[in-house]
Amino acid sequence: MNSDLIVFIVLAIVSIATAMGMVFSRNAVYSALFLVLNFVTVAVFYLLLGAPFIAMSQITVYGGAIMVLFLFVIMLLGAESLAPSKALPWQRPLAFTLALVLVVESVYLIVSRAQPNLGITAPDASLNTMDSLRQMAMELFSKYLLPFEVTSILLLVAMVGAIVLTKQEKNGRES
Amino acid sequence: MDWTIWLEWVLKGFILCMILLTGFAYLTWYERRALARIQIRVGPNRAGPQGLLQPIADAVKLIFKEELTPARVYKVVFILAPVLTVVPSLVLAAVIPLGTSFHLFGREVNLFVADVNVGVLYIMSIASIAVYGIVLAGWSSNNKYAMLGGIRSSAQMISYELTLGLSFVTAIIMGNSMNLIDIVNGQRSLWFVVIQPVGALIFWIATLAEVNRAPFDMPDAEQELTAGFHAEYSGMKFALFFMAEYQKMIVICMIMATLFFGGYLGPGVDKFPLLGPVYLFAKVIVLLFLMIWVRATWPRIRYDRLMSFGWKILLPLALAVAFITATGILLADLYENQLFVWSIPVLSIISLLVAVAFIYRDLRRKSHGRF
Repeated sequence: MNSDLIVFIVLAIVSIATAMGMVFSRNAVYSALFLVLNFVTVAVFYLLLGAPFIAMSQITVYGGAIMVLFLFVIMLLGAESLAPSKALPWQRPLAFTLALVLVVESVYLIVSRAQPNLGITAPDASLNTMDSLRQMAMELFSKYLLPFEVTSILLLVAMVGAIVLTKQEKNGRES
Repeated sequence: MDWTIWLEWVLKGFILCMILLTGFAYLTWYERRALARIQIRVGPNRAGPQGLLQPIADAVKLIFKEELTPARVYKVVFILAPVLTVVPSLVLAAVIPLGTSFHLFGREVNLFVADVNVGVLYIMSIASIAVYGIVLAGWSSNNKYAMLGGIRSSAQMISYELTLGLSFVTAIIMGNSMNLIDIVNGQRSLWFVVIQPVGALIFWIATLAEVNRAPFDMPDAEQELTAGFHAEYSGMKFALFFMAEYQKMIVICMIMATLFFGGYLGPGVDKFPLLGPVYLFAKVIVLLFLMIWVRATWPRIRYDRLMSFGWKILLPLALAVAFITATGILLADLYENQLFVWSIPVLSIISLLVAVAFIYRDLRRKSHGRF
């Protein structure tokens, strides 16, 4: 039992606990906070795998984005804590069935496919340099330029859409 | 792994924390004295020579103050929020190189806690986490004013974070690395502030907004929001917010010195590595004085102007500056002509003047009442 394994187990427990906390807490703000914690633990997983760039991006992008979610919860929804659930009656059994199917499926896959040696080795320390980052950027801006640009246009459209939607609402209220 | 390495890490982390905590205490003294001088007052001068024991007296006072927890606050978050504000301000300093290395007891001791390859990104990610403490403090206090302060601070920090990121980009391009040590070493011949003065200025303004310093201290605007997000806090919990603000000031001045003012570099630093922290300290003191000076002389900016300044002036300017820097460096590499490097400051200053002209025109139009 080496130190990596211990760290992994502790982190796994924390990440599962925070995920459960997010789903089960009655207060939307606490849910958002648990989600942030979960993202941070995932970032630490990336660090364990020797990918600091992805880890830092994870914290910046997701951790920062939850802030916006948080504000939405407080400002727009107003309902910080949920009333006792009045969900549709068939929703809960369906959810449980689907979850069970997912669990069975993944367990089956893990048991049937997981050989002790899949050829996955610990990442090389040499990957953990500025060069890999540079390589990634090169690939992104040469080989995958079109998808990259399309994604940026997609994000732009989403942003414009959000602005248009909120603007309309305001005009409607004033007139 | 050798246990002495662990010991070294722990000791270095501890010493860095102690430096920051002591720095916080004496920064309050420094600020009060400097503000007093600017306003032709005397400032705290009773406790000890030149009032040097004032921070200790303040600490004792705060520790013995009664801590109130108002009824109907969200208690867990209320207690957690000051901690969440202080911790990022402390861990930010981990990647900042204080110097090169020196020999002690026959082993090489590096003068930085962590040599992170993506040091700049680390700073960005911690900065994005740092908002939470303030917003949670505002929300959990269950107080309208505190809530407003928290929301203001989050809007402000999200807006200025983009500008901050772009000015980081200019430094990354010039240093050709995300590692802060490489960035410092890239400034051996010339500080980056000479090549990119506008980038440094934008970074300065954006960081002022990030740490909620005057003239961007909207979250705790006393006249409008009583005390903003920390209205309900007292005693040591309030002291923690105070501590976080001043530590962030120190750390951000350290980052600024590292990115644009040559960090620990200075004459003779290669021969005597222990001079490195001294140079960095001197630069930080000067930069801190600039922050205090700004606070003493400029009134608080109005909230809508703060937003439109960030989005309509600062962000386009930062984009233009990043673009100019990248193009200049690229062309200089392609044609091996240093003239292109010198076109960077010229073009950036021209774009700064254009931005200033826009602000001037806008303000003049508004003051004439024609919207």
